[in-house]
Amino acid sequence: MLAAFLQYLFSGLTVGATYALAALGFSIIYNASGVINFAQGEFIMLGGMSAAVLVTAGIPLPFAILLAVGIAGLAGLLVEKLAIEPARNAEVVTLIIITIGASLFIRGLVQVFLGKDTHSLPPFGGETPIAFLGATLLPQSVWVLGITLVVVAVLGWFFGRTLLGKAMLATSHNKLAAQLVGINTRMILLLSFGLSGVLGAVGGIIVAPITYTSYDAGIMLGLKGFVAATLGGLGSGVGAIVGGLLLGIVEAMTAGYISSAYKDAMPFVLILLILFFLPRGLFGAKVTERV
Amino acid sequence: MKTLASRYYGLVALAVVMALLPLALPNAFYYDVAIRIAINAIVVIGLNLLIGYTGQISLGHAGFFGLGAYASAILATHFNWPAPVALAVGAVATGLLAFAVARPILKLKGHYVAMATLGLGIIISIVITNEAKYTGGPDGIAVPAFSLFGLDIAGEKMWYGVVAALLVLVTWFALNLIDAPAGRALQAIHGSEIAAKVVGVDTTRFKVRAFVLSAVLASIMGSLTAHYVGFVTPGLAGFFHSIELVTMVVIGGMASVFGSIIGAALLTMLPQVLSAFEGWETVIFGAILMLTMIFLPRGLVPTLRLRLGKERT
Repeated sequence: MLAAFLQYLFSGLTVGATYALAALGFSIIYNASGVINFAQGEFIMLGGMSAAVLVTAGIPLPFAILLAVGIAGLAGLLVEKLAIEPARNAEVVTLIIITIGASLFIRGLVQVFLGKDTHSLPPFGGETPIAFLGATLLPQSVWVLGITLVVVAVLGWFFGRTLLGKAMLATSHNKLAAQLVGINTRMILLLSFGLSGVLGAVGGIIVAPITYTSYDAGIMLGLKGFVAATLGGLGSGVGAIVGGLLLGIVEAMTAGYISSAYKDAMPFVLILLILFFLPRGLFGAKVTERV
Repeated sequence: MKTLASRYYGLVALAVVMALLPLALPNAFYYDVAIRIAINAIVVIGLNLLIGYTGQISLGHAGFFGLGAYASAILATHFNWPAPVALAVGAVATGLLAFAVARPILKLKGHYVAMATLGLGIIISIVITNEAKYTGGPDGIAVPAFSLFGLDIAGEKMWYGVVAALLVLVTWFALNLIDAPAGRALQAIHGSEIAAKVVGVDTTRFKVRAFVLSAVLASIMGSLTAHYVGFVTPGLAGFFHSIELVTMVVIGGMASVFGSIIGAALLTMLPQVLSAFEGWETVIFGAILMLTMIFLPRGLVPTLRLRLGKERT
């Protein structure tokens, strides 16, 4: 009983960590621009795929990971610079369609240059499962949770202690006021896309040894990241992390106790129920519409 | 104030084009593309009433399309129901579902509406994929021909006639709706929901109506598509199909009935054109999507109308 429960919990937390990182990416861009970036899932895929292909090409794992994170970060910057910036005065629906166009573009390029095959990464350290109260824990899961914790801690420091991080927060609270105190909000928007690319790539790389990756892996991961971000309340950092982990756990429990065929439907059932009863997610701020 | 004649110029032009188009269609392949355009255009006109006029994005309309398609497929194959009855039952069921979820969904603001409709669409497509006993699962199922009063609708030419007539009818209906009090209420909601509320428009009621209407239109066209193609797969209800529909709305132009038709025509033809670029289709499709939105953010028809208007003055 307990062993099975723990087993599902572990796998839920592991996958949930990727959702949490994706959700953080959604929230950061949402805060800077009010846009839902549907290319977020492709950043996750791009990170995982690039790392896998680089490792296959003979590059040592740590360097491959760094390069892959760099590639996804660069992709984020390029999406903002080439597609979002030229249309910055457009309506939000238009911007959303642009990010969908960007996601197709990235997915298409990966398909052309890296192929349609499924790729995998070697685990970061050790393959002997760790036994814990009757359940087994993959060493990679420990890496996933550890790296996620580190990333969250670094982000906490960045937003709480650095001038740049505070400038990003200020922009999210009130763009005009931020401009008035001399913050370059266009730079902040560019940066938020780069940061989201990096976060997505980290999420994609750390689970690649467990879940594998392919050119179309980003679609579902991105949508679930969006669910996680909404679950916690769009724009909330804590909400994104809690939302992501919760989503992973609910999904794993559904697969374990109810039906593995419906595990992918569960996040969406959950989000509908939450939105019907808590229209702003779990941690969303109350916003009054200005006339 | 528009005169009666100017209001119907576009409609008459559409009717003439649809009537003369067969003269320019050399073979069954072109008929097929034209039929798909008309089907998409009708769904998009409905969706545009929702997105363009109430400002609510739905990322799940393919779910409603899929419900109609599978209602027809399942009732006709497993239960031998007559096609028109299956279509009607599908449309009513979809309408009821849309009505049931409309209030809680449309009560939400901005992106949360997109999230909720996206979730609904994905749940529908996952149920269709998983309930293989009835739906055939990922492989899909075959659908018998649509017969009305003992007459089978078969062949591209006959289907073209049916969907072309439907398109003109739906266009006429949408144009009338927009100029009727209900349409003015919808336009007011798009302008400023709070201002509309202040002057006494029951905004929620109109949003719910637009949502249900667009869902029912999608369901009916889903049913017809199932019979026309003779086969249904879960992709009909999938996320990508929802995205395609929204893209047609935005590329053609929000809050424009004729924009919907143009958007549907362009995006339906695009994959045919792109199939020449083997392997690069997705890249080029993505690039075209981004470029159109960057350079024509209001969509084709409203942008062109604006430019033409400027030249005249």
